Amino acid sequence: MVGLYFRDVNPMQSLRIIPCLDVKSGRVVKGTNFVNLRDAGDPVERARLYYEQGADELVFLDITASHERRDLMFEYASRVAEEVFIPFCVGGGIKTVEDFRKILKTGADKASINTAAVNTPELVRECSERFGAQCVVVAIDPKRTGNTPSGWEVHIHGGRTPTGLDALDWASRMEELGAGEIMLTSMDADGTMAGYDVALTHAVTSRVSIPVIASGGAGTMEHIAAAWRECGAQAALISSIVHYGHATVGQIKRQLREWGIPVRYIEDSMALA
Amino acid sequence: MKIAIIDYGMGNLRSVEKAFEHVGASGAFVTDDPAAVRTADKAVLPGDGAFDATMDRLRESGVADVVKEFAASGRPFLGICVGMQCLLTSSDEGRQGVVGLDLVPGRVRRFSGGDGLKVPQIGWNELQFPAPSPLFQGLNAADMVYFLHSFYCVPADPATVTATANYGLDYCAGLQAGNIFATQFHPEKSGQVGLAILRNFSRL
Repeated sequence: MVGLYFRDVNPMQSLRIIPCLDVKSGRVVKGTNFVNLRDAGDPVERARLYYEQGADELVFLDITASHERRDLMFEYASRVAEEVFIPFCVGGGIKTVEDFRKILKTGADKASINTAAVNTPELVRECSERFGAQCVVVAIDPKRTGNTPSGWEVHIHGGRTPTGLDALDWASRMEELGAGEIMLTSMDADGTMAGYDVALTHAVTSRVSIPVIASGGAGTMEHIAAAWRECGAQAALISSIVHYGHATVGQIKRQLREWGIPVRYIEDSMALA
Repeated sequence: MKIAIIDYGMGNLRSVEKAFEHVGASGAFVTDDPAAVRTADKAVLPGDGAFDATMDRLRESGVADVVKEFAASGRPFLGICVGMQCLLTSSDEGRQGVVGLDLVPGRVRRFSGGDGLKVPQIGWNELQFPAPSPLFQGLNAADMVYFLHSFYCVPADPATVTATANYGLDYCAGLQAGNIFATQFHPEKSGQVGLAILRNFSRL
């Protein structure tokens, strides 16, 4: 797939590097091998570390099931907003406009919708009209099944349920309904650390005119470079590579910059303050 | 030093308040009370969402009059994002014929996109400073800040433009008209650079 697509370096845009934290019952559940943290399970402390390393944005995916525990989500999101001065997105379990509003009210800049967008597409339009497209992130989890025209089928319920929806058509539909961004997680690539699904991601970035966040599969700096050069994505979601201490956000950005990929780069001395 | 962050039912106010606190401006507070805004030393109008909906809300809540009064008083005023766009005369966004606060004559236009540029612009972009402004004191050309918008301001008087960024064209990223300051980007979400800007504002 290398060379499928090469983006000229465009100084008007830079690749956003977005660490993603999976949170359950108010605790980070992925990643244990973490240095420089007193408590690796505290989402706020983890968020602050990535902020200080120069992350452009953060995503929290809350996988807490029960409703009472969802209050914890609002609690840590509020604390993140107090200490982290970059944008962040919270997703997981949003079913109504009111859920969406509550998340934004904590200080989150964006909220992501996944299953609810499939069950109630109008929710995307309502949130977009009410809060602005810029804060509506639609998360799409495609898997290659061959059951749809493009071959990629949208899955929901954390990937457990196939929907029969074609991933490319669905991305277009979400854009029409007012999504501001697509967070595209390839179920085939997720967890492999073998790289983003370039074919899928490139197909979606070519189809829609809103920004696309490449997600699922990043294991090396080369993979992150491919998100920009080959996938045409505007942002790269990363998790294992930073959670397990393979590299810091700062190291990733330094390498990307050396490779000529435009990133926002803060000198280490500037990162902390 | 009281800095009123004006709550009119829209926008991400908590982040702005926390960012001010972080830079030592402990007198920053969120309020929807016109009387509290009137007696503040400085005021901030944040904003997210569409121009027409925001203007409707500003008028319904009475905040539009308070802002005009505050701006006329000569005290430092800061508009952020849509809170900046509302300072102008009109916008291409939403219902046509909706009039802005008209404190800074000009029009809000939509990015044309194309050439691989996604609209909205979501992300970090470099600033340039065509004219000095105390708001941007200590910043360097090419410092990056966080933008999240589809529309941008075109002030009638180019001399009011104190910061620009490029997104298919050079556009106004920051302006100053006397005591009225504004940023298209979100200083409260722009890391150390953004915090420096809020610190500058708090010390005006």
